[in-house]
Amino acid sequence: MEDMILTLMEKYRVYAPKRYPDRSVRYGEVNTPSEIAADEKSHFSPKEVYLPIVQTIFCFKNGRCEEREIKDDRDILIFARACDINAIERLDTIYLKNGGVEDFYYKRLRNKVNFILIECSESFESCFCVSMGANKTDNFIGILRDGKIDTESEPVFVSENKMSVTIPDIDESIEKDIFELKYWRSFDNSCVGCGCCTAVCPTCSCFDTIDVTYNETSLDGERRRVWGSCMREDFSAMAGGHNVRNRAGDRMRFKVMHKIYDFYRRFGETHMCVGCGRCGERCSKDISFPDIINTLSGKAEQLKAEGGANQ
Amino acid sequence: MKNALMPKPHRIINVEHETNAEYTFRVECGDKVEHGQFYVLSIPKIGEAPISVSSKGEGYLEFTIRKVGRLTEGIFGLNAGDTVFMRGPYGNAFPVNDFMHKDLIVIAGGTGLAAVRSMLEHFYENPREVNSLTLITGFRNPDSVLFREDLEKFRDKFRTIYCLDNTEAEGFKKGFVTEYIKDVPFSTFSDYNAVIVGPPEMINLSVKECLKNGADESRIWVSLERKMSCSVGKCGHCKIGCIYVCREGPVFNYAQAKNLID
Repeated sequence: MEDMILTLMEKYRVYAPKRYPDRSVRYGEVNTPSEIAADEKSHFSPKEVYLPIVQTIFCFKNGRCEEREIKDDRDILIFARACDINAIERLDTIYLKNGGVEDFYYKRLRNKVNFILIECSESFESCFCVSMGANKTDNFIGILRDGKIDTESEPVFVSENKMSVTIPDIDESIEKDIFELKYWRSFDNSCVGCGCCTAVCPTCSCFDTIDVTYNETSLDGERRRVWGSCMREDFSAMAGGHNVRNRAGDRMRFKVMHKIYDFYRRFGETHMCVGCGRCGERCSKDISFPDIINTLSGKAEQLKAEGGANQ
Repeated sequence: MKNALMPKPHRIINVEHETNAEYTFRVECGDKVEHGQFYVLSIPKIGEAPISVSSKGEGYLEFTIRKVGRLTEGIFGLNAGDTVFMRGPYGNAFPVNDFMHKDLIVIAGGTGLAAVRSMLEHFYENPREVNSLTLITGFRNPDSVLFREDLEKFRDKFRTIYCLDNTEAEGFKKGFVTEYIKDVPFSTFSDYNAVIVGPPEMINLSVKECLKNGADESRIWVSLERKMSCSVGKCGHCKIGCIYVCREGPVFNYAQAKNLID
């Protein structure tokens, strides 16, 4: 395997889940095969490789704005599981398709990305990828197997999870009722708005823009975009104080509906959520996303039975 | 490949102090812009924000900016000859072609007037394009009145109702714009459109008042303001349900807008 990685590194920057000193498993560049933590689910998703947490959009120098070039001309190789490989297609939809605009910074990294599939011999505790249709993929150039890269064999995917969800059957007749459910109010106190769930999510794509200067007296600096989170109170706060989602429950509803309703309604094909289950694992208040989805399914069924009359 | 997030420098031609908190910046720019569209204005080191075009002319655009946040405070420090960075134009526009040869009602609260000013100027120059134009606009007090000269000349060609929240002054009635919507004879118009712009609460109350007075919801148009970090459908801040205000808005027909839950 040593040789294999070394060979790959001539052509690729290689990223894989790594165990860090703080015991977290996150994606990082690997230089030796022993660094790859392939036997457990990474706490963070691989999206930070091609959608960096902090990304310089441009530098300003002497009153001009200049793009910063990527110096490394190697392609990127990511060791990832099926759910995370499927997630990149969701991000492609936002960054390359939405609004008819291709994002320059996303595209130039995205175009370099290739995957090596990490097979899941069995599902982890909180996964629900099968329900989300994200348990299989053909977007890889090889399979990590027995410490080698296998380009010949057929991949093995999980076909069932310990957790399953039923996507709520929402249509226009009950949409408003679903958005206005009292159920959302239960999150006003339970969700602390830390944004952990969106940080670990492989499909969360929102960002904020900030300007920084290199020192206080300098006119030179750079504009950066930084991962944002719709779970944070200031996400939709405008200058002047107006905020369209003041309560944690409103923000929870905003996130949940995007993952299992709005995205599909806008683009068709798939839901945004790939069922990796990381959001629930990281939540300090044990808020379970699969539980929310299943609760909504029940509520939707009930609303339809009642003719969309009440909650 | 085109980089949608890269702003370009533009020279400020002139700065007009409308009020203590609202300045109009005339900026060199030859872009073709439709009524109701916006630009993302920025100052390196401070940041960027979406600002609607308040007027347009040969080789220039105007932005009427209210000092409410860090960026706008930074812009207030700029003078004629200085540079502001811009990208745009973004967003859809008021469906001016649909307004042609019909009655038009424009209801604007405070700085919201900036977003409809270029359209009002257009119909002032081309009054035959509309059957009639009723402008109801309100401000907090005499010191917060915008575009005083324009408002005076609009009286010649439009039916105008100008008001101030708590004070009476020459040419201005006392009260909120919502109190004067009942004076609009919706039932006598054969075909009309109503455009409502302003702070969110003012828009909500004005729509309600229009509906109460017999206006049809599909003839009401609103322009929504939301936080934006990109204006090209990527940052996610302005998303409402399955629409993005920066791409499908900011102008929405009320029949659609009423179903948008933030």
